[in-house]
Amino acid sequence: MSSSGPLSKIMSFVTAGEAVQHWSHQRLTAIALIPLVLWLVISLLSQFAAPYESVVSWISSPVVTVLFIVLFVVMFYHAKLGLQVVIEDYIHTDKTKVAVLLFTKFATIAGAIAGVGAVLTISLGAP
Amino acid sequence: MADNPLSPHLQVYQPQLTSVLSITHRATGVFLSFGTVLLLFWLLAAAAGPATYETAQRILSWPVSILAMMGWSFALFYHLCNGVRHLFWDAGMGFELSAAYRSGYTVVGVSFVLTSITWLYVFLFGGSS
Repeated sequence: MSSSGPLSKIMSFVTAGEAVQHWSHQRLTAIALIPLVLWLVISLLSQFAAPYESVVSWISSPVVTVLFIVLFVVMFYHAKLGLQVVIEDYIHTDKTKVAVLLFTKFATIAGAIAGVGAVLTISLGAP
Repeated sequence: MADNPLSPHLQVYQPQLTSVLSITHRATGVFLSFGTVLLLFWLLAAAAGPATYETAQRILSWPVSILAMMGWSFALFYHLCNGVRHLFWDAGMGFELSAAYRSGYTVVGVSFVLTSITWLYVFLFGGSS
């Protein structure tokens, strides 16, 4: 295989190891999100229009706090991996692509931190 | 980077169920990513205290918010069901064209049913909880 062929051009951008890791991490997070998302929907339904005290005491229970933290980490990582593919496929200008990819990375990390921070604040602040 | 292989341009293809469901999976994924802001907004408001939480609840009860949440819930159920469909494909199952169509129709049907059940529950019991 020539070193200037199309395959080596792909390799220069994303290594094979990275591509395989991206693929498997996307599937692993997807599988983990099946029960997590079902839990989230059922939970939100039970808390819909609930008063402040009941929501706070619900979030403060250790199991719910932990589930929310796991959900935020897995969900935002899954979102980052998915958005990355969409951006790589549909944005064809190099500079824009790199900028949007970077923004997506920071935004999803910020999202996870905000979610975990909010839940911990509620959980630790509750009497 | 400019020489990377590009995805085919969608507009050169005649749309068919399988391709429309495929692009919808991506579209709902992107939409859900933005939708997480709504969940963060609600939790951050609860973390900020009772007054902020009251304001957030009022904003979330606006018709436009309800509409956004309906769209978000459909996107969530669709992405969930179609994601499971993709996982079966990854396991090497359901590749035949007839099976792909059957699972495709099932995904759309189940997503609508789950969204309807969810909002029927909200409108019937939401206020009383």
